Amino acid sequence: MPMAASEIERLIKASIPDAEVTIRDLAGDGDHYAARVVSGSFAGLNRIKQHQAVYAALGGRVGGELHALQLETAVPNTETTSE
Amino acid sequence: MSDAQSRIADIVGKNDVVLFMKGTVLFPQCGFSSRAIAILDRLGAKYETVDVLQDPEVRQGIKEFSDWPTIPQLYVKGEFVGGSDIMMEMFESGELQQLVGAEA
Repeated sequence: MPMAASEIERLIKASIPDAEVTIRDLAGDGDHYAARVVSGSFAGLNRIKQHQAVYAALGGRVGGELHALQLETAVPNTETTSE
Repeated sequence: MSDAQSRIADIVGKNDVVLFMKGTVLFPQCGFSSRAIAILDRLGAKYETVDVLQDPEVRQGIKEFSDWPTIPQLYVKGEFVGGSDIMMEMFESGELQQLVGAEA
């Protein structure tokens, strides 16, 4: 069942409030997305735990309702932040 | 431990590099599994695969095994490494090559 990108972003931010979320609809079908999630809360967590935090935010939808979510997570990098 | 969980633990314990995937090496049934195979082949890694589509208990069980909702899943030396996104990141950074001990 298709899911709106805005809904994915809302769910992630509801559980990870400081998250910067960028979502791309890969196939235009509302079912294949790529998301990049940047959050200070990921600091000290390995990649597996970071991805699990996002999966948890999406409450079991990944792998079910949401077939494909290509995921990239990162901690804000202060060195490359401009301004 | 349920039957499926102990079978999965057995597979993960007995194989240095094992990928749980949808389909087979020659005929992956999902783009993410296909990408995972491409990465392992590119590394020249020796690996085993388990086609979860052939076994509903393993298909469901592997998601619980590592609290990870998607397939493929890569295990190296008994440890869960990640899905295809993490594999790609680790491939690009050179970490995966080190982990599987493959030659360039």
